[in-house]
Amino acid sequence: MRRARSLVPLVGILPFLAYLLLFLLIPTVVVIVGAFQEDGSFSLSNLHALTNSATVDALRSSVVLSASTAVIGGLLGALLAAVIVSAPERSLVRRAVLALSGSLAQTGGVSLAFAWMATIGLGGTLTTMVQNALSLDLTGNGWLYAMPGLILVYCYFQIPLMVIVFLPALDGLRPQWREAAETLGASRLQYLTQVAIPLLLPAFLGSLLLLFANAFAAYATAAALVSQGSPILPLMIRAALTSEVVLGQQHLAYAIALEMIVVVALIMGAYAWLLRRSSRWMR
Amino acid sequence: MKPWLRWLILLVFAVYFFGPLLSMLDFSTKTTSGGRSGAAWKALVTNHQVLGAIGQSLLLCVTTVVLMLVILLPTMIWVRLRLPRLKRLIEFLCLLPLTIPALVIVVGINGVYAWVNYFFGYSPVVLTFAYVVLVLPYAYRALDSSLSALDVTTLAEAARSLGAGWLTVITRVVVPNVGAGILSAAFISVALVLGEFTFASLLNYQTLPVVIDLFGKRDAHVSVAAALGSIVFASALLLLLSFAGARSRGRKGA
Amino acid sequence: MNARRLAVAAAAALAMTAVSACSSTPPSKSGGNSSAAATATSAADLGGMSKLVAAAKKEGSLNVIALPPDWANYGAIIKAFSDKYGIKVNSAQPDAASQDEINAAKQLKGRPTAPDVFDLGQAVALANTDLFAPYKVSDFDKIPSQFKDADGTWVNDYGGYMSIGYDSKKVPAVKSVSDLLKPAYKGKVALNGDPTQAGAAFSGVVMAAVANGGSADDISPGVKFFSQLKKAGNFLPVDPTPATIESGQTPVVIDWDYTNAAETAKLPSWKVVVPGNQPVGGYYYQAINKDAPHPAAARLWEEYLYSAEGQNGFLAGGARPVLADQMKTDGTLDTADYAKLPAVKGTPVLLTQDQNTKAADYLAKNWASAVK
Repeated sequence: MRRARSLVPLVGILPFLAYLLLFLLIPTVVVIVGAFQEDGSFSLSNLHALTNSATVDALRSSVVLSASTAVIGGLLGALLAAVIVSAPERSLVRRAVLALSGSLAQTGGVSLAFAWMATIGLGGTLTTMVQNALSLDLTGNGWLYAMPGLILVYCYFQIPLMVIVFLPALDGLRPQWREAAETLGASRLQYLTQVAIPLLLPAFLGSLLLLFANAFAAYATAAALVSQGSPILPLMIRAALTSEVVLGQQHLAYAIALEMIVVVALIMGAYAWLLRRSSRWMR
Repeated sequence: MKPWLRWLILLVFAVYFFGPLLSMLDFSTKTTSGGRSGAAWKALVTNHQVLGAIGQSLLLCVTTVVLMLVILLPTMIWVRLRLPRLKRLIEFLCLLPLTIPALVIVVGINGVYAWVNYFFGYSPVVLTFAYVVLVLPYAYRALDSSLSALDVTTLAEAARSLGAGWLTVITRVVVPNVGAGILSAAFISVALVLGEFTFASLLNYQTLPVVIDLFGKRDAHVSVAAALGSIVFASALLLLLSFAGARSRGRKGA
Repeated sequence: MNARRLAVAAAAALAMTAVSACSSTPPSKSGGNSSAAATATSAADLGGMSKLVAAAKKEGSLNVIALPPDWANYGAIIKAFSDKYGIKVNSAQPDAASQDEINAAKQLKGRPTAPDVFDLGQAVALANTDLFAPYKVSDFDKIPSQFKDADGTWVNDYGGYMSIGYDSKKVPAVKSVSDLLKPAYKGKVALNGDPTQAGAAFSGVVMAAVANGGSADDISPGVKFFSQLKKAGNFLPVDPTPATIESGQTPVVIDWDYTNAAETAKLPSWKVVVPGNQPVGGYYYQAINKDAPHPAAARLWEEYLYSAEGQNGFLAGGARPVLADQMKTDGTLDTADYAKLPAVKGTPVLLTQDQNTKAADYLAKNWASAVK
């Protein structure tokens, strides 16, 4: 009797698991197996190559880029979401911001890089305006093509993504709860710190996690802006898989992909631990 | 929040987001002789291949959203209600597609797609299966945000004690209350399908982004117009969708 | 507890069967390539050109890959071929690199969307000859022997020299490689790709090496040059595209002369110079996919590319066709286009496969740290 009861609920998620098995797990397993191969036989050489200084640097840059754009994009996106959530659902401003966020969240690649270059790069629209008005050279020492520039450009799709995935959580904050807190004598600040923020924390942290993973694996934009030297992990993968100069590196690409999966798993572990600690008071 | 503060914040964001878009518009309407011309835009919107690809991609949007909702939403609700210990596992599985660059997933998914092509043919619509996987991380997060604001367990208990079966609980009690999450998930899915290039290009399907990219190769101004046009098209489509979405949702529960 | 173990075991078994199943391929619906064209090594094998044309027309389409319209005039060549024979040309992944072509051939093997023909850089071509079908075009004997494989497994189609392209309206005229270190070019010099990935960028580093005392065997002066360029603040890590050139983001681009020449056609102030007296040359390699879904059309495409019409097509794009000398003798060369090619002095530097590998290894170890 007990055996049957603990298995039956699992049937409910079988379709989901079967679907994932076919279209996600099999590709992942192929990649993981590939990481341990070289020239058709088992080998740890690619895992060893992960400890090269170039790969370690790329890992560090990737983590810094993803973490900073996750936090900056997360905070600014939450702010934007908070600004429009109070507007009625049928308001045009709310709809327009949401629609625009949806489409901007998926921008990237060559066109995004070009748009920013055409704005603040050499001869860009803003650069020319600032040059003429204030005699300031916005391009400076080429900061757009290094980490600061990448962070600025990545936020272009991180902020809208945050708006899209975090707005439903803000939407779930019932005004009745604020009223209840007020009638019990809480100030605005108390309501925020003791009711709203703890309630929103799981969704907020989960969205930050998504933003991190989103930036971590993105490469098309960086490829257009910083095509020299493969400074981040996804660019190293691309170089290993598609280089026409240094051949035979595809297993290194799989090893790096495995590394990326591990990093995200670790970050997820940290997120889960953070959540457990902060939501202990909830059921 | 004071109204003027709200508008100020919106203005600052507007400058950040519209600035690069305006630069794109500026470049796409320039001519080498220094004047302005709409030739690039005209070429874009009158091209037969581009227009034909729009229909394909719209169909792909619909199939992706529908399949994603059918597969993901009941699973998430079910896990919350009956299998809470599996929540972290599902969450990780739904984050996995985002972790592995598309370039690498294609290598692995290729074998599976050989069979998909065998059963379902070579139309771009078969990309639905891969796109649902790609959209999972975003859709999961949007739906989870909405579900976390709802006390699903109590609602389900109340409904069950009134005699509802599990199907009724899911479709008539929980789903109407997560409208914001569903809309967000649908939005991001549509935007992803309209903008997804890597998979379609590597597996050699002629979706809208692929066709537009090839079309833009002939001329730099056309390629920038194409990129901006895609953003405008996606935003307009999502705006239309939001009108449809708001009408079908009921009032928020207490 | 037992139930859970059972579930885990079942899941593992399911996973393993699924993984092994996916590595098997489904039965081929197209009935296989049993047509004669798939094994033809010349037009004579099929009974002559007219039979080849008929077989190709019957197939009705051709899959090409990695052929941007403004690269060696491929846009016009594709259109001319398509119009002449009524065969639809499907151009996939125009931005792909040579290795992407091979990856696509392997991944899409057996499907009707697999590439039929390849246009590859040296390293990738010579490393993957087992994927090619040997074929000798009608004028095969007229192609100089250093530009072809004896069996026709691969044949060079066009080549060019490394050049510096610059916008004369935005920067002063460039006369030599070392000019680029001057302050007038601060934040303005871009290389077409990363040399550890892209053949054009790789040859760009060789050009810099040769101009600074290096040679085909020693490219370290080239890497040092780019390191200096980066320190001076002149080197842009951006990937140049026609959009960045025309909008002024990358006023100086180091690339093949024919790619830079294509830009001159769109931006009149764009000038191209092949510096120094040891120009670095490179040829691209044509090959037919052994498992091409349209074998007759693939072979007809090769015939077209090596006909006077096809070779002049490349010439119109600023590339040097491999049959140029023969065509000059025969009088079929488009002399007007030939005269437009940038002036080249001295003996060309062409890397052998061994020099290529040695240089690639050196770059793999030293490039990233040199331009950090």
